[in-house]
Amino acid sequence: MSRQDVLVSADWAEKNLGTEGIVFLEVDEDTTAYDGGHLAGAVKINWTTELQDAVRRDIVDKAQFEQLLSAKGVNNSDTVVLYGGNNNWFAAYAYWQFKLYGHADVKLLDGGRKKWELDGRTLTTDVVERPATTYTAQEPDLSIRAFRDEVVDAIGAKNLVDVRSPDEFSGKILAPAHLPQEQSQRPGHIPTAVNIPWSKAANEDGTFKSDDELAKLYGEAGYDDSKSTIAYCRIGERSSHTWVVLHELLGHDDVKNYDGSWTEYGSLIGVPIELGAPQKVGA
Amino acid sequence: MCGAPDQSLALPPGTDLSRETVLAGRVVAGGEPVAGAFVRLLDGTGEFTAEVVASASGDFRFFAAPGTWTLRALSRAGSGQTALTADGPGLHQAEVAVA
Repeated sequence: MSRQDVLVSADWAEKNLGTEGIVFLEVDEDTTAYDGGHLAGAVKINWTTELQDAVRRDIVDKAQFEQLLSAKGVNNSDTVVLYGGNNNWFAAYAYWQFKLYGHADVKLLDGGRKKWELDGRTLTTDVVERPATTYTAQEPDLSIRAFRDEVVDAIGAKNLVDVRSPDEFSGKILAPAHLPQEQSQRPGHIPTAVNIPWSKAANEDGTFKSDDELAKLYGEAGYDDSKSTIAYCRIGERSSHTWVVLHELLGHDDVKNYDGSWTEYGSLIGVPIELGAPQKVGA
Repeated sequence: MCGAPDQSLALPPGTDLSRETVLAGRVVAGGEPVAGAFVRLLDGTGEFTAEVVASASGDFRFFAAPGTWTLRALSRAGSGQTALTADGPGLHQAEVAVA
């Protein structure tokens, strides 16, 4: 993979709105954002109700993913362009799921809604209808998804990249600071994890930093190129952003997203937890 | 911290201000509210902690912890930032002017 295969610019997107075979899908943390205005022709995906199972704590399974994309009018041959608010957190989470279920051509709009809005580009409230399709997903590619036991086994063995903010990593707060802090799990981080906040990989306008800047960032933060990697955050969406950086932009081979993330790990009985600020690399 | 909390941005039901440290405020340009600005919360070291989109009336809100914070706003009307110190739980308010 390289940047050209993964990202499209706002200029490219603007020129390709309405192009046959290109489907724009908006995925926001704030699931009402789309309704206030969206890219012309874009379809909304609600991450809370459409990308997760409604009963079990899990992402949608293959059959549910097929039903979702069929209902949204996505063909297997379509180029899917995902975008969203909050620096593409949930668009990246959807991107990871599209890769997990083997969609051939999926891209992220670099900068997402934020850059689009800051650029003053057009948003519309038009209702978008796409005729239903019959979408066929692949079996999930578990080479990009980590589960709890392999996370515990990875302590001291693989790169564990905690992409939350330093205060969440140290245990000072339990959730991103725009969310209430009342949570049931224990604060802290997985021992031997390095703290490389997702935000360091993005510019202020929400676009990804350059490949050179990204390579430098991870190198300086103690990321070991020779090891396999598991990225985690609180619920797996910010770590999807970092998964995109490490696996898709920088092209590292064995990188998994642990979507159970801290809400699962911090609730497990008996697993080791570390508190406090990150160790300084080289100190 | 004194007086009745500003009701312009209702807190979620069940928010316990004796335990939660809430940072709230408004983005303004020339004294007028700026809708839809991107507001970032930076910690005491300047590190990104969270980001929200201000409401139509320019209001924003974070759930944080006691400490020194920076509120930074980015909008089509420009950018700006302001410091805010929360000495304990409760509602702490600030205005961020952009230009």
